[in-house]
Amino acid sequence: MEIILSVAIGVLTASGVYLLLRPRTYQVIIGLSLLSYAVNLFIFGMGRLRVNAPPVLEPGGVGDLSRYTDPVPQALVLTAIVIGFAMTALFLVVLLASRGFTGTDHVDGREQRHD
Amino acid sequence: MLSVFILAPFAGSLLAIFFPPDQRGATAWFAGTIALLCFLVAASLYPFVTSGGVLRYDIAWLPELGLNFTLRMDGFAWLFTVLVTAIGVLVVIYARYYMAAEDPVPRFLALFLAFMGSMLGVVLSGNLILLAVFWELTSIVSFLLIGYWHHNAHARDGARMALTVTGTGGLCMLVGLLLMGRIVGSYDLDVVLASGDLIRNSPLYMPVLILVLLGALTKSAQFPFHFWLPHAMSAPTPVSAYLHSATMVKAGVFLLVRLWPVMAGTEAWFWIVGLAGLSTLLLGAYFAIFQQDLKGLLAYSTISHLGLITVLLSLGSPLAAVAAVFHIVNHATFKASLFMAAGIIDHETGTRDMRKLGGLIRYMPGTAVLAMVASAAMAGVPLLNGFISKEMFFAEAIETHQANILDTMTPYVATLAGMFAVTYSLRFIHSVFFGNTPEDLPKVPHEPPRWMRVPIEFLVLACLVVGIIPAITIGPFLHTAVVSILGASTPHYSLSVWHGWNLPLIMSFVALAGGVGLYFLMRNYLATSIEGPPIFRVLHGQRIFERVLVTLSWKWARSLEQRLGTRRLQPQMRFLVFIAVAAGALPLLLSKYELPPLLVRSIDPAFALLWAVGIACAIGAALLAKFHRLAALVLLGGAGLTTCLTFVWLSAPDLAVTQLLVEIVTTVLILLGLRWLPKRIEDTQESELLSLRVRFRRLRDFLLAIAAGGGVALIAYTMMTRPMPETIASYFLERAYKEGGGTNVVNVILVDFRGFDTLGEIAVLAIVALTVFALLLRFRPQADSLEAPEQQRVQNAFDDDHPDRSKGDSVAEYLFVPSVIMRWMFPVIGMLAAYLFLRGHDLPGGGFAAGIAMSIGFILQYMSGGTRWVEERLRIHPLRWMSIGLLVAATTGIGSWLFGYPFLTSHAQYVTLPIVGKFPLASALFFDLGVFSLVLGATVLILIALAHQSIRAPRAHARATRSGKEAR
Repeated sequence: MEIILSVAIGVLTASGVYLLLRPRTYQVIIGLSLLSYAVNLFIFGMGRLRVNAPPVLEPGGVGDLSRYTDPVPQALVLTAIVIGFAMTALFLVVLLASRGFTGTDHVDGREQRHD
Repeated sequence: MLSVFILAPFAGSLLAIFFPPDQRGATAWFAGTIALLCFLVAASLYPFVTSGGVLRYDIAWLPELGLNFTLRMDGFAWLFTVLVTAIGVLVVIYARYYMAAEDPVPRFLALFLAFMGSMLGVVLSGNLILLAVFWELTSIVSFLLIGYWHHNAHARDGARMALTVTGTGGLCMLVGLLLMGRIVGSYDLDVVLASGDLIRNSPLYMPVLILVLLGALTKSAQFPFHFWLPHAMSAPTPVSAYLHSATMVKAGVFLLVRLWPVMAGTEAWFWIVGLAGLSTLLLGAYFAIFQQDLKGLLAYSTISHLGLITVLLSLGSPLAAVAAVFHIVNHATFKASLFMAAGIIDHETGTRDMRKLGGLIRYMPGTAVLAMVASAAMAGVPLLNGFISKEMFFAEAIETHQANILDTMTPYVATLAGMFAVTYSLRFIHSVFFGNTPEDLPKVPHEPPRWMRVPIEFLVLACLVVGIIPAITIGPFLHTAVVSILGASTPHYSLSVWHGWNLPLIMSFVALAGGVGLYFLMRNYLATSIEGPPIFRVLHGQRIFERVLVTLSWKWARSLEQRLGTRRLQPQMRFLVFIAVAAGALPLLLSKYELPPLLVRSIDPAFALLWAVGIACAIGAALLAKFHRLAALVLLGGAGLTTCLTFVWLSAPDLAVTQLLVEIVTTVLILLGLRWLPKRIEDTQESELLSLRVRFRRLRDFLLAIAAGGGVALIAYTMMTRPMPETIASYFLERAYKEGGGTNVVNVILVDFRGFDTLGEIAVLAIVALTVFALLLRFRPQADSLEAPEQQRVQNAFDDDHPDRSKGDSVAEYLFVPSVIMRWMFPVIGMLAAYLFLRGHDLPGGGFAAGIAMSIGFILQYMSGGTRWVEERLRIHPLRWMSIGLLVAATTGIGSWLFGYPFLTSHAQYVTLPIVGKFPLASALFFDLGVFSLVLGATVLILIALAHQSIRAPRAHARATRSGKEAR
């Protein structure tokens, strides 16, 4: 399990970083989205991987970490997902506005001779 | 009681802003009353500080960092408080008449009160850091006061210079005080004052000394930082009278006296402080002679007198410290009155240039007499207060404190400076009030209004009384102040006017006679000379300062930017990624990292297959993002869904729900944006002709990406295969039900344990949504994305060709079945959102998920019916939802105050509702309701604002082309 997820995180990161370094704004936005998946999975993985562990307590019960999943990374990732959406939205709009102002979708706001 | 000194001025300052600008009298009454109140309170506190008593007032602020809001009043602080408030009252009275009708007086008095508050804060701080805070406040407020006439370029420059110099000094002082607190182990002033030996013997003494002195010497305008003070003279005269007599510049010497018991007495102190003080004393007096501007003369004389006080403090003997405190008070009285007199002359004649002025005694005899007495005090004429402290200074200058050249020089320099002081004081009087009647004055001079002179009369009376009968007027107060500084080592001193024929008296007479002689020698030269002393005129402090500023902030910065900077994003990103990779790799390499054993056990083939698809999606998205945007978006969604399934697989249902919903919204969002991007068609020929450079660049980025990905994978694997250490998770698991009243621990963490974080997060979400909204309001798309999309064009053309069809029919028919389904989905989605919301505390769900789910319901309506159709039937107010959400969340938090609990404490209990059954009702539920409402509002606002562009932009475009045609 761990090895598959780490490879997955690695590939998501690599694709994201590669796109981050590209010249077109749309590439960067896709790259950031991929990178945020990778980061979310990474943080989630810090609570260790558990298959079939209950995430919700018994009513009236007291949980301990050996039987339940780790709630802290989950809480962190949950808000990160929502903030990630907000970031994508903001970046998309900045991208559109920049394209409207400058007429190009290059990240520098003007075309370079080579890309 | 002590808090009055801080609260009253600052509260008064806030209130004073709201006075109407034409209400000069009322504002002045108000500000004067506040200053008077502070003065009276200070006066009433005197019995508590006599014989070494200390008043304290403590509020815990950040006790973990040793930072408390401590006010502390001892005899010395009391003396300063009285000085600051008393002269404050007089300056307010004076300013009432000085300020012109067109000046916004409420702003002036508001700043004035704020300054008084900051200065009282400096004086009364019982904590080193608090002192630094008020210190910076005086710098900032004095900046605003000096630049009060901000239409005047000189005022702006002077204000900026004062702020730069004193602000930089203040920063050094803060570092010094922090170091001092570290040596002592406490920032409390009482503790610091008791640990003098500890500080003096510390290896950090030298840095502390230099840093603290940088703060004090810049503030007190000591050489070589003196140059800001004359330029601060562009301020209104009441400001100068206040800042440069009793307050701002005295803050520096105040600090020196305050820390005198713990820092003085070493050789380093003697040399640094003494050298700065002596050069300031002499140069200030010398420069003052050659000023043509009345206020310029007073400015340099202030510098010189501050130098005198500094020299006294450098000597390290208790008697000298007594003289320093005494001179602080005396200088404040005569200098304030002289500034006010200069202001009257300026006000009534229209000029401050001594070459133009003359013979004014015939027009304003009252003012002339007052100014003469005050300048005599400044010159150190017997029977005036300046004389007594100057005598004490001379007496101390003769004493040998340290056997070195500086100490030997002191009496000679002192006498010379005393001579110069007589010369410039005489010049002030003689050139203004005597001599020929002035001709071309801008105004016909006359006596000022009665009350404008009252403050001066008061101060001059003080000079006289203290000068003639010092022992019974100032004596007891001075003694109280001195005892609070020196404690047991308070020396015996005598405050009488006549000590018999001794060396100091002879020095005084030499200075008097020499000064008068010097003036009459130079009189003719001075009457016509240009501003500034010969020779030194060239060495303009201001010009050096400006040159340094320009070099630092413009030339060097620009060449650095040219060499290291780039405006291109890609190199910057590359650099960033490289640094990140290196920062990650370096510790691994240094600590001889070994790969943990690869565990092939428990590899689930289905999970592997899932991620085989996910990985393919991610790589595909990376490859296609340039030329096939839609495909890349679909593949991105694929990777997102894989992530979502992973969460399901690994027991994180909350994340899976949120991820799924956010995935939907993100896809819709980017779909809405796709239309406004330029067309980009892959040119197969071009890709074959790719230059070597581009290929190299891509390869480099690819390798960098591989390194980043590989590194992250490695760290992730290493972390995940390690045993779990003890974390705070157990804390939450144990208490989620017991204290939070919910079984879904993740949700309880979000809305209860870490509710404050969540409040911050939703605030961020709201800010982002508003920013998106605002950016789109001004959105102007490029012309090439304005036409309707091809599909719409074909459909509309078809409708136009057939007379029985109206425009838009095809689209409606095309989407008929989906739109019916989507419309009917609305209540279902609403129900789902309510369900997710209500179960959130106990089962996966909650405000975030419910909010996004509900927003999907709205978006579906837009997609099925079109923007116009929806908005004809439904008014959506996402902004209101956002504000309600934020309000509800914050109010829930504040609500816990009513029950005496800290912000956002939640209360939980179960209630039984009909039909629904047993149901957890925590106050956290209301907080979650706020989260729900805000997330819904923000998401809908973002999406709708983007969707609106499709209607708005073509309309705006059409309007623009139409008006363009008409113009033609």
